[in-house]
Amino acid sequence: MGRTTAGMRSVTDSLGIERAGEDRGSEGLARFLGWVSLGLGVTALARREQVSRLSGVDDSPTARRVLAAAGVREFGHAAALLIPRRAGWGAWTRVAGDMLDLAAAGQAMKGRHGERRRRVTYTTWALAGITAVDVYTAVRATRGRRGRDANRVYGSVTVNRSTTEAYRFWHDFENLPRFMSHLQSVQTTGDRRSRWTAKAPAGRKVTWDAEIVDDRPGELITWRSIDGAQVPNSGSVRFVPATGGRGTEVRVELGFRAPGGIFGARVAKLFGEDPQQQVCDDLRRFKQVIETGEVTRSDASPDGSTVQQQMKQRPAQPLATHGSGR
Amino acid sequence: MRANCWIAPNNVAVKSVPDPQILNPRDAVVRITSTAICGSDLHLLQGYIPAMQKGDVLGHEFMGEVVELGPGVRDGLSIGDRVVVAFPIACGNCSSCERGLYSICENSNPNAGIAEKVMGHSPAGIFGYSHLLGGYAGGQAQYARVPYADVGTIKIDDDLADEQVLFLSDVLPTGYMAAEMCDIRRGDTIAIWGAGPVGQFAAASALLLGAERVIVIDRFPYRLRIARENTGAETINYEQTDVLDALREMTAGRGPDACIDAVGMEGHHASAALHAYDKAKQATKAETDRPHALREAVLSCRNGGTISVIGAYGGFIDKFPMGSFMNRSLNMRSGQAHVQRYMRPLLERIRKGEIDPSFIITHTMGLEDAPHGFDIFKNKQDECLKVVLKP
Repeated sequence: MGRTTAGMRSVTDSLGIERAGEDRGSEGLARFLGWVSLGLGVTALARREQVSRLSGVDDSPTARRVLAAAGVREFGHAAALLIPRRAGWGAWTRVAGDMLDLAAAGQAMKGRHGERRRRVTYTTWALAGITAVDVYTAVRATRGRRGRDANRVYGSVTVNRSTTEAYRFWHDFENLPRFMSHLQSVQTTGDRRSRWTAKAPAGRKVTWDAEIVDDRPGELITWRSIDGAQVPNSGSVRFVPATGGRGTEVRVELGFRAPGGIFGARVAKLFGEDPQQQVCDDLRRFKQVIETGEVTRSDASPDGSTVQQQMKQRPAQPLATHGSGR
Repeated sequence: MRANCWIAPNNVAVKSVPDPQILNPRDAVVRITSTAICGSDLHLLQGYIPAMQKGDVLGHEFMGEVVELGPGVRDGLSIGDRVVVAFPIACGNCSSCERGLYSICENSNPNAGIAEKVMGHSPAGIFGYSHLLGGYAGGQAQYARVPYADVGTIKIDDDLADEQVLFLSDVLPTGYMAAEMCDIRRGDTIAIWGAGPVGQFAAASALLLGAERVIVIDRFPYRLRIARENTGAETINYEQTDVLDALREMTAGRGPDACIDAVGMEGHHASAALHAYDKAKQATKAETDRPHALREAVLSCRNGGTISVIGAYGGFIDKFPMGSFMNRSLNMRSGQAHVQRYMRPLLERIRKGEIDPSFIITHTMGLEDAPHGFDIFKNKQDECLKVVLKP
């Protein structure tokens, strides 16, 4: 735990592959807060009198209405934290709710004296404590999410070739642009070194040098960009024999620091540059090239399998490029 | 060149489009001499198969002469060869192709990503058969590009007429595979829903494979007549006779040993109310396919029998009699035909005179008349069973 590649938290699994560390603690805490919200919502609505007395606002009908509204709101938080598969953003809704509650408590403090003022003060302190827990959970949950989703992608495919053939094809990095659509070229520059050129958005190009970190013939290759790359990145590919002679399972992981950080990654996604989808398409083309010798092209998708092609199809009629009229 | 294009639901038109060209080393370009309209083209025509786009060239049953070859085509295919083209596009190298399951080739659909979202995994690409299955220009045209030409074509000697071999591209292997999936044993009775070209060939193939009795079910007397006269099948007109009763009666209560659904997604039912029910569900997209034939096939099949589904389905069906299927130990087999696997043995059977597929042809016309051909085929006018186009 804690080794860092391109600024990411990671763990190393039993096969020696670095994986993004999953922050399970924050997930559990978020779920717990979801149940707390549910409990608070039920209490605030079912025991309205007692709750308003305890928090020192039982003298005002407005305050009681605010309390009831807060109870209803708690159900929303509970839903946001308990229903989605990952609680990530749900905790932030609680933080927003805490702000409203604190503002309401501040308002209630004005013009109250004696026992009631004391109770409102306790309530405010309790709210501040809850806010701290909520902020902590929310920050941790979203940080864990970002590490996992934006910076690391996985993909796998089964190819009808031996591990040795698949390894050899991949090991010659100059083959990579044949199936990785964003790569323009890869040039071997030394024993373990290579120079990679990729297409970037808006017709730009990015070039970096990479080195092989680990190389186990027929099994595994890992590589990373060397210091000073514009887009620091790393990758690994594992070749595992599929059971019963079903070929080779090829499993790829790529890590990179997206240009423009999380914001840049999101903008890129809007333009169809989704790294997760890209790695799947690349692996599909890898299978095509290593099995058939060519990338599959149709009239509607002349550039082969890419997300953009699938979104924006030409009609299924021949291309008009050389136009040798028959 | 001229090509028959899908324009909108129920609207096709012959247009001028660019000539095809070699895009990949294993491609060939074929000058088409004969091409046909398939029953599944009608599903595309009416918009029941999603992901059609204005301008898509239709057609997946075609043959012709090789006029251009990519540098990577193996197996001695040469310019000038006369070939029939298989409708599923298959690479010949993936595990599925190596097992002879060409219509689920793992590499030939460049739009596999979309197909996976709809079907879980992607089948092979097919000529002129929607963007879901690759977005390949089809063969109702003067020329077509044939990917993996070394796998997807069979050479034909000059003594056989186009009409005798054209259907090796689809409907003959499709009907044959439907019968083969029934695992026919001596004495078997096979019931076939649909007397279209596939149903006709399934009937002929079932008898060829040793069935004792074949019963074909349809509602068009002329199609039933063609089946009786050319395949030796008995027939049931489901608009006049209750199919379940008739089959029970004909088999003395056992039910047919295997049932072939050669109808697929646009089935009809003798009961107007039942037909309206599925038609309404289909119109509101509550189901995509009307499985009348499949339901009847399941209910009438003998205990422990086999349902062979060869009619095309696109998406989801409703009211499938799962209880009958499960409790009575039925089996179901299905698939788009693995044409490449059947072309050679079936060509042999044609050559030996065991089957002459040309009996299904009722109309021959020029490519320019394709929209008219679609019309009469769809509306079953002029006793239309199969339209062959001559580009």
